[in-house]
Parts: sequence; structure tokens; C-alpha cells
Amino acid sequence: MATLELRNVNKSYGSGLPDTLKNIELKIDSGEFLILVGPSGCGKSTLMNCIAGLEQISGGAILVDDADISGMSPKDRDIAMVFQSYALYPTMNVRDNIAFGLKIRKMPAAAIDEEVARVSRLLQIEHLLGRKPGQLSGGQQQRVAMGRALARRPKIYLFDEPLSNLDAKLRVEMRTEIKLMHQRLKTTTVYVTHDQIEAMTLGDKVAVMKDGLIQQFGTPQQIYNDPANLFVASFIGSPPMNFIPLRLQRREGRLQALLDSGQARCELPLGLSEAGLEDRDVILGIRPEQISLAPTEANGLPGIRAEVQITEPTGPDLLVFVTLNQTKVCCRLAPDIPARVGDSLTLQFDPARVLLFDAASGERLGVVGSPPASTGKVAQFKGR
Amino acid sequence: MTRASLHPARIAIYATLLAACALYLIPLLVMLLTSFKTPEDIRAGNLLSWPEVVTGIGWIKAWDTVGGYFWNSVKITVPAVLISTLLGALNGYVLSMWRFRGSQLFFGLLLFGCFLPFQTVLLPASFTLGKLGLASTTTGLVLVHIVYGLAFTTLFFRNYYCSVPEALVRAARLDGAGFFTIFGRILLPMSVPIIMVCLIWQFTQIWNDFLFGVVFASGDAQPITVALNNLVNTSTGVKEYNVDMAAAMIAGLPTLLVYVLAGKYFLRGLTAGAVKG
Repeated sequence: MATLELRNVNKSYGSGLPDTLKNIELKIDSGEFLILVGPSGCGKSTLMNCIAGLEQISGGAILVDDADISGMSPKDRDIAMVFQSYALYPTMNVRDNIAFGLKIRKMPAAAIDEEVARVSRLLQIEHLLGRKPGQLSGGQQQRVAMGRALARRPKIYLFDEPLSNLDAKLRVEMRTEIKLMHQRLKTTTVYVTHDQIEAMTLGDKVAVMKDGLIQQFGTPQQIYNDPANLFVASFIGSPPMNFIPLRLQRREGRLQALLDSGQARCELPLGLSEAGLEDRDVILGIRPEQISLAPTEANGLPGIRAEVQITEPTGPDLLVFVTLNQTKVCCRLAPDIPARVGDSLTLQFDPARVLLFDAASGERLGVVGSPPASTGKVAQFKGR
Repeated sequence: MTRASLHPARIAIYATLLAACALYLIPLLVMLLTSFKTPEDIRAGNLLSWPEVVTGIGWIKAWDTVGGYFWNSVKITVPAVLISTLLGALNGYVLSMWRFRGSQLFFGLLLFGCFLPFQTVLLPASFTLGKLGLASTTTGLVLVHIVYGLAFTTLFFRNYYCSVPEALVRAARLDGAGFFTIFGRILLPMSVPIIMVCLIWQFTQIWNDFLFGVVFASGDAQPITVALNNLVNTSTGVKEYNVDMAAAMIAGLPTLLVYVLAGKYFLRGLTAGAVKG
């Protein structure tokens, strides 16, 4: 149980090379589950290695329970890590793999036996204790790797893409188990992934990273509903958010977005009136599930008729693709809607849920509907 | 037996293989036969004839002459092989898992050692041994063998360890293990195939070495290869071919034995780095 705080952490592999981590600032409370998510090469694994002490930071500080650990060697940090490749010691059996760290720390043999028994019971790997890693399936290896981390009872667990080597079904199972384990043990956890579903389902807090910068740090709901910029909005959510390029008009003091489906036009009134937004290229973001079919009787919301181009039934939903402003737009509709290719549907979107982004910088413009992202802090790059 | 196996092409293949086999084995056969003949028998009969009287006199005389040098060779080879293998493993471990600034360059330079002909190191080595006060000692000869062998053993182990996932070392560091604990408890137990390769390679090289032995050892401390040469090249008296042949067999047997006992590891280890482990 420990708090973890990163203060202005920088990492560079030498002058002339671009910084791998740039002014990383974040803080999580004791027992929280932090997700570092981003595309490959964004620096999330480097950040995790820095927390573990496997790599040295070039600037800033890493604090655990308000004590600076950035100068300590990995073994003194009291942090355990589960690796993507599991990294089980191939010549040792499962029991010795779990006990290795305890033996190194000179724990008495009786206590080691007790701890191995506790962990293997917790992870249901008691029957595997005598086997070598090579004789285990991927899921079993995964459990043993977690067992090795749990046995030490460290202050912080680090998970480095632990599920990416498993097949899809097992991945979902293990995801639930990791969440269950965390709920039971309440140990502070940092979890690296590139999978946005893992980020949404597991995390208490999510840090979305790109190019060594934290793009947004907040709860999964904040990240999903209130993305700080175009990158975060596009990275989180599946199917991804629709981005429709358009120009804003001002009519009767209010801003309006002009949509064109080829067969109809629609003026979508927006719930904001800031000056300076009109007559400029913006991108309107709307999630597929925020687009709905207009009811037969009018409900006061503007609708637009559009031609169905592709349908993708996923089971629980029907994904319908239409074209608005020459952009393919995905709508997530109820599966029983009789939409066929070539049909025309009248679609509505809730103006309160629509997001606006600057077309050039990708930054969020104004705040439409939901309250400002006060906790979602956007790190700025400061030249060093 | 299917009819396909009696196809003329197949017969030709086996005939060629058998002929090649015989060609390689004939010298060994001649040596064995000759070593059990009496000198008169050798002068009278042809090379491939069976001994008229099988006698061990040649072997006994040979052992009396080169036996002492056989133990010299053991005393040189065993420590040189073990130390160069251990140091090579340690070098390989550092060069693959604990890379430092310039470690690639260091490895590149070390590789030059594999291509250096023996002759080029003779003078610098004897100069260094002289400075160290180890000239004409067994320790000095062992040192030369270790240093010369390091390039090869380091190459073997470094390439083997490059196929070991680095995450293992990282996991062990987080488990609290230090540099030598990781080496001894995690990596060495995984290294049996490459250790075998190294042992065979180094044993063969050092046991069969003549040049370093003749230059850096003197008198009673010389290895068996030098003693064999001295025996065979004696120009006085009657040539005792049976003794020569028996002595050559004695000199060659240990390497033969090592191959028979550990040969399967040799092939397995040589390919281990190439295939995903």
C-alpha cells in the first residue's frame, strides 16, 4: 500500500536524440490502479521501467509514499513487476520461481513455504508447483508470473502488457481476474497496455500517452466523455469516435454546425456561443453510440437523412456507416433496425454530447455540454 | 526393404559413402595395425597386413617415453579449458545483458582474436610472460592458452546469451538478485549446451596445440604433442614405427574420447543460437 507520484520526470537517451519522456507529472493514491496507455513507441514502457528502476531517469523525481526512490537500485524499491514475456526462470520449477525473490531476501524456509502456499492457493496453481515453465500453457505461465510478483508483497505492482501474449478468450478471463485480485489485495498498481478496452475496464486512473507526453490524465469516464484533444478522443473507444470536418456559422448569436449527407443538409445548433469560433475549420467529434435513429414523431432535435452504405451487425449492435461532409461516419444502432444498404435513415445527434476540436492543432475547443475537464491535466512540452 | 532403396542411384550413393568412409579410416587402421606389430614384421610386410604376432611392446615403450608428457598435457589443458570457458561465459554475460558504452566496439575488437594466426602472438606473448616472470613455466603456457581462447569462448557465450530474453535479467534484478547471483543461478543453468561446445572446442584446440607448447614450455614440462614430435623426429638408431604409431594414438585418444562422449551436445549447441530457444 503506497502512494506513487511522478514529478516532472524526464528521460533522454543522449543529447541529439528526442526525449523519450517529457515532463511527466502524475500522482495516484494508495491502492489505486493506474493505466498507462498509448500507441507503441509512446514511452509508456520506458516510464514503467523508470518506476521499476531498470532505467535511470534524466530529470525529475519518483516518489513512493512521499520518499524519493529515483536514485535507488531496483531491489531496494520494493516493487514487483509482471513482464509481457512472463520472464519465468526456465531452469527452475514453479515453486522455485515464486520463491526465488524470497530466498534472495533471506526469508526463513518455513516462511517461504507458507508464502508459496498462500500465493499458489490464491492463483489456483497449487497443482503446477513441481512443473517447469516450459511445461505450462500461456495462461498458466501468466498466473505463475503474477504469483512471483504477489509473493513478495511489494508496495507497488507493475504490469507490462501482461495479457498481450494470450489468445482473445483467455485475455478477457485474465483481465477479470486481475481486477478481482486488485479489489481483494488493494495494492497500488501501474499497468501498461496499448489496449483501450483494458484501459477502460481496469483503471481507476488512466494516463493516455503519446510521443513521451501525457496527453490526458483522469478517470476512465473523464477520458472517454471529455477527451482533452483529438488524439485521446480517437484512441479511446471502439468503434472509434467519428470526426467530421466542418465550418461553424453564427446564427442568432448561437453557433451552428452545418452537416451535409449528399441528399440532405442540417444545421445542428451547438450549446455554446464563444466568439472566434465561427468561420474557421473545426472537427466535430461524436461517438457512434451518440447517434440515434429519429423517432417517428418529432422530438425537437434536428435530424438528417443519409444513405446507408455499409452495415456491420456485431450481435448486440448494428453498425451503420453513412457519409456526412464527405466523411465516413459510423452509427451504433439497435440490432433490430431494418437498415439495408441503399436505404435512407433519419439520424439525430444529441447537441449536448458533441465535441469540437481545432482542425490544425487537434486541441479541444470550448466545452460543449459536459463540464470543463478540470482534473484532466494536459502536459505541455517545455523545451529544455 | 522397398524396391526404391535398390535403385542404382541409391546404390551409387552408398558406394560413394562407403568409399569415403574407408578412405578416412585407412590411416587409422594402418596406425592401429602397425602399433601392434614387431619392428621386423613392419619391415617385412605391407602396411595393411595383419600382425604376425600381436605385441603390446610398442604401446609399452611409447607410454614409457611420452607418458609423463601426457600428464603435462592434462595439467595444461584442464585448467586452461575450465578458466577460459568460465571467463568466456562471464564476458558473454556482460556483453549481452549489461551492455555499456562502447561494448559493441569492445566485442568487435575481441573478435579480431579469432582471426589472429598463432605465429603473430608468439613474440608479444613471450615478451609479456618474461615481464610477468612466467617464461618457460606451465602457468605461463596456460595463461597464453586462456587469453588466446577467450575470443572464441566469449563469442560462443555472447551469441548464446543474445537469444536469452533480457526480461529474465530484469525480473531477477527486481527479485533482488545481484550481478553474480543472476549469472550463477539463472544464466549458467541454462547454458549446458553452449558450455559443452566451449569445452569440446577449447579441449581440442589446447590439447592438439603444438606451436605454443614448443615455444612456451621447456624440457620436462612440454605437452605430449611436442614430445611426440621429438620422438618421431629422432634421427639416430633404428626407426621404431610401432612405437611412433602407438605414441600418436596415445596423443590423439583424449580428443577422440571427448567427441564420443559429448559430440551430441556439440551439434546441438552449435545450432542452439540459430534456432529460437
